Amino acid sequence: MIAFDHVVKRYPNGREALAGVSFRIAAGEMVFLTGRSGAGKSTVLKLIALIERPTRGTVLVAGKNLGALPSRRIPAYRRSIGVVFQDHRLLMDRPVFDNVALPLIVAGSPLKETDKRVRAALDQVGLLGKERMLPLELSAGEQQRVGIARAVVSKPTLLICDEPTGNLDRDLAVEVMRLLKRFQNVGVTVVVATHDIHLVQEHESGQRTIVLDDGRIQGGAGEEPLPSIVASR
Amino acid sequence: MSIAVYGTRHAQAFLGSLGRLARSPFATFLTVLVIGLALALPLALQLLVTNASRATGGFTSAVDVSVYFKQNVALAEVQQRAANARAQPGVAEVTVISADDALKEFQKYSGFGAALQALEQNPLPNALRVRPAADAMSPSDLARLERYLAAWPEVDTVQVDSQWVERLNAILDVLKRVLLVAAVLLGAGVLAVVGNTVRLEIQNRRAEIEVVKLVGGSNAFVRRPFLYTGVIYGVTGALVAWGVMAIALGVLEGSVANLAKLYGSQYALAGPAAEEVLWLFAGGAVLGWLGAWISATRHLRRIEPRA
Ligand SMILES: Nc1ncnc2c1ncn2[C@@H]1O[C@H](COP(=O)(O)OP(=O)(O)OP(=O)(O)O)[C@@H](O)[C@H]1O
Ligand SMILES: [Mg+2]
Repeated sequence: MIAFDHVVKRYPNGREALAGVSFRIAAGEMVFLTGRSGAGKSTVLKLIALIERPTRGTVLVAGKNLGALPSRRIPAYRRSIGVVFQDHRLLMDRPVFDNVALPLIVAGSPLKETDKRVRAALDQVGLLGKERMLPLELSAGEQQRVGIARAVVSKPTLLICDEPTGNLDRDLAVEVMRLLKRFQNVGVTVVVATHDIHLVQEHESGQRTIVLDDGRIQGGAGEEPLPSIVASR
Repeated sequence: MSIAVYGTRHAQAFLGSLGRLARSPFATFLTVLVIGLALALPLALQLLVTNASRATGGFTSAVDVSVYFKQNVALAEVQQRAANARAQPGVAEVTVISADDALKEFQKYSGFGAALQALEQNPLPNALRVRPAADAMSPSDLARLERYLAAWPEVDTVQVDSQWVERLNAILDVLKRVLLVAAVLLGAGVLAVVGNTVRLEIQNRRAEIEVVKLVGGSNAFVRRPFLYTGVIYGVTGALVAWGVMAIALGVLEGSVANLAKLYGSQYALAGPAAEEVLWLFAGGAVLGWLGAWISATRHLRRIEPRA
């Protein structure tokens, strides 16, 4: 599903956030991306979401070479993946329904279909019945779940989450992780970046962990794709 | 993309734009007013030009040549000369104006009726009014006709009334050019006003635009509501211009009719023709759309999602 091959990312200010990173994530896997602050976790996700392009190396997602994807194809590509942020990026002046419906509206889905899918997504995150509320009328955990509902409403096969539990307390964080796991169970590939090692360790079964340190994959120089990955299966 | 999806997207963008404009009525009103006044000025000039050409319309195309005979020339001789003139090529019409008729007319319209009554002798000469054919009004044609008429021994003076016609046409020409310049400048002004308004709107909605792009909104999708905003501004601006013009015409109508009456005319002010109104609205819509398009294309490209 995802293949990074010797990926280097240097930002315009000269900072090299990734110094040759290689790894693979298979379809249907759930993978944690951990490491200290500044290690390059968000940069990996930005490359997957095509918010940034690699400076060197190749990023393949679902068979597409993202470094070479023409700009006009970016919107369609982004519609095929779901993204969740720590600060959830909700539109605060729109009700929950509109927020969740946004990817469908952008894709031009018919109104009836939109209505059905939004309800289904809100049901999955346990927020059915709160469609008319504004994000500010919800708790932090609920807001994050709205963000997740928006990411999954168009049924992407890949879900990437950057610190999805960063603003949440322990119980809520565990709850969100369980929710993400449920999406993996129905076949979605899930990549979660988090610096919260404890949360990763608590979360028992069925995921791998990729540890980044200062732009490299820990335990290897990033030369070989798979051995550098710490398996926790 | 199916037509239904296409229609749905446009309807959503249009309603969204309309809703946002309605939510800040005062700012919207001011912008529309500025656009309306900018569109009203060229329209006013256009009306000035049409009214000026209409008011003078009877004369601008017709050049009359007046032939005044010497005092002692009898009317019969004049009628003979009129027949000669009619036989000339390039002459459309010849009217004999006898000295008596001329005096009666003068008494009637000059307001000096009583004083003229006191005259023992008619001071006016017999005259001919020669109207050249429409295809024989070039300066050289007129000069040839003038030479022919002036060569008659009975003739005192020949007067070609073309100079003031040329002046009038020149004035109208200047007005038309002023209209063109004003239309271009004010059109650019409308572009700038709409463009700037859209730029501010884009800045205000930056976070929202980032999110829309993040979930896969294309540049065209993000731009669409701003284009509708521009068109709505342009069309409502045209509506304001039309209203302003209707009010201005209403105010002027009475005094123009009065002025015309003083000149013995039934002239009534002409409002904008259907075609001009159509141009006004089409112009407003196109300028609004273009201003928004330029601004949105320029500013939206710079907004990309951050992570
Ligand atoms: N847009 C940018 N321009 C310049 N440098 C950047 C940019 N984004 C990130 N960096 C730098 O790249 C490095 C990696 O950043 P990144 O955001 O990927 O780290 P992270 O692992 O997500 O950290 P955190 O846990 O704090 O979120 C950091 O040193 C950061 O300063
Ligand atoms: Mg980060």
